[in-house]
Amino acid sequence: MNGPVRPPADFDELVARPARWLSAEGPHADLVLSSRIRLARNLRNVPFTHRAHEEQLQGVLMSVSGAAQRGQGFAGSLLLRMAELSPLDRQVLVERHLVSHELGDGTRPRGIVVSPEERLSLMINEEDHLRLQAIAPGFQLTEAWAAADAADDELDQSLDFAFSEEIGYLTACPTNAGTGLRASVLIHLPALVLLDEIQRVLKSITQVGLNVRGLYGEHSDVMGNLFQISNQTTLGRSERDSIEILDRVTRQIIETEEQARERMMRDARVQIEDKVWRAYGTLRHCRTIHSREVINLCSAVRLGVALQLSGLCPLNVINELLVLTQPAHLQRAYGGELSPAERNVYRAQLVRERLVAAEPGPGPSA
Amino acid sequence: MLCQICGKNPASVHFTEIHDNKMSEIHVCERCAEEKGLHATSKKQQFDIADLLVKMVDDSSGTEEERVGHVQCPRCGLLYSGFSETGRLGCAECYTAFQFQLRPLLRRIHGDTRHRGKRPVGEGEGATRFRQIQRLHDELQRVVEREEFERAAVLRDEIRQLEEETRAGGEAKP
Ligand SMILES: [Zn+2]
Ligand SMILES: [Zn+2]
Repeated sequence: MNGPVRPPADFDELVARPARWLSAEGPHADLVLSSRIRLARNLRNVPFTHRAHEEQLQGVLMSVSGAAQRGQGFAGSLLLRMAELSPLDRQVLVERHLVSHELGDGTRPRGIVVSPEERLSLMINEEDHLRLQAIAPGFQLTEAWAAADAADDELDQSLDFAFSEEIGYLTACPTNAGTGLRASVLIHLPALVLLDEIQRVLKSITQVGLNVRGLYGEHSDVMGNLFQISNQTTLGRSERDSIEILDRVTRQIIETEEQARERMMRDARVQIEDKVWRAYGTLRHCRTIHSREVINLCSAVRLGVALQLSGLCPLNVINELLVLTQPAHLQRAYGGELSPAERNVYRAQLVRERLVAAEPGPGPSA
Repeated sequence: MLCQICGKNPASVHFTEIHDNKMSEIHVCERCAEEKGLHATSKKQQFDIADLLVKMVDDSSGTEEERVGHVQCPRCGLLYSGFSETGRLGCAECYTAFQFQLRPLLRRIHGDTRHRGKRPVGEGEGATRFRQIQRLHDELQRVVEREEFERAAVLRDEIRQLEEETRAGGEAKP
């Protein structure tokens, strides 16, 4: 650990710093961007969010944020009330994976408690009264689970959770009842996509009872070869067992992807290197660029970094670009509203500046 | 037809729930089906022994109020038909009020109906009472299965008593 982190004083400071999960520090961080644990909880004596009155939800917001800020896990955290944020700032939180779309567009008494570096966050009055989330960089589900489990225990000290002996934690939607757990990894699988083996892999993931979907894409669209794999069921299995299954399957997928990369480099090294460097060149010199193109080109550069081609930027820069180039972050960085065409121009400028700043400097690799 | 969960996208995934020998259909969009982890299942697979048992229990104790759509949660007032429309329950007690309908549904979604994960550590008075109610409900389920109806009547009274206490003293915010 790097010692205590000074907590963000306000929203501006939170946004100005990259989240820890973008740091590319964990194991297998070249393939797995992040590991995430989410726990759904509700207060026993209040109707679920969609059936509760305004005052009841105000009460939930107060008692839950109070309980969070008393605990160790949320020490130095920031409480943000959705009603006090502009639509743009709410969208910023969605882009940072701190808030769901549902919470992002809400006008009801909703909020989020964010710990320093965004390791832990707590959405209040979303579909469930509490949605506790722990994100770790790279492939470390166990670390994320430990953080979420401990924070959950702390909240439990002062909150009375809806729980039944038979069904476990009771949630607004029966698909989450039991553990209320959603464990997921965000994984980059370019070689499997390129070699057309991804369908087979995705099918086998579904067959073992896990859920998989593309990131950023609309519906089944996949962008940037990024996939989110998560557990599907919350009854009949302990949290540890669910996480263990996801962990095991993810390990297999990592191995399959690595084998595909080896084959790819053996059979088409020049073509792959060409693709990587063209992608980097485009990002480095573009003058107007759509966010979809950034995501797809970043995928190629990420592959290049993973394949240890020298002279590319560090992985955390690529991770950060995925978040910083999205519309709300972009407009916040610019300091005002931008039309889609203006966004593309400003996005290109931001990408170039980031890459220049990350360049290794004058040396043999240039 | 629009998705019953988000109400925005067209519903393209359809599945059928069966309770009380009545079929009801759920229509959702692909995205919600994926997010909620719902899968279209063929109707034939749904007749496992647990489902049949539940249906038999329903038939034997089938008072008029227990006709599915009209079953109502005494705490929040949600009707089971309201749950079928939105896919969301109204409060913690809905799980008890709709237990006969929810059990087969949970089994279909999760392949199981038993929680095997962590549990709260705190033990407030409300928590203790709630757990007691849950235990009584579990026992009620078992005695009804064994057709011990006199014992079942006693248990129902005990549950009713405890639920009234909960309602009387449980309104305070935590
Ligand atoms: Zn939908
Ligand atoms: Zn209810």
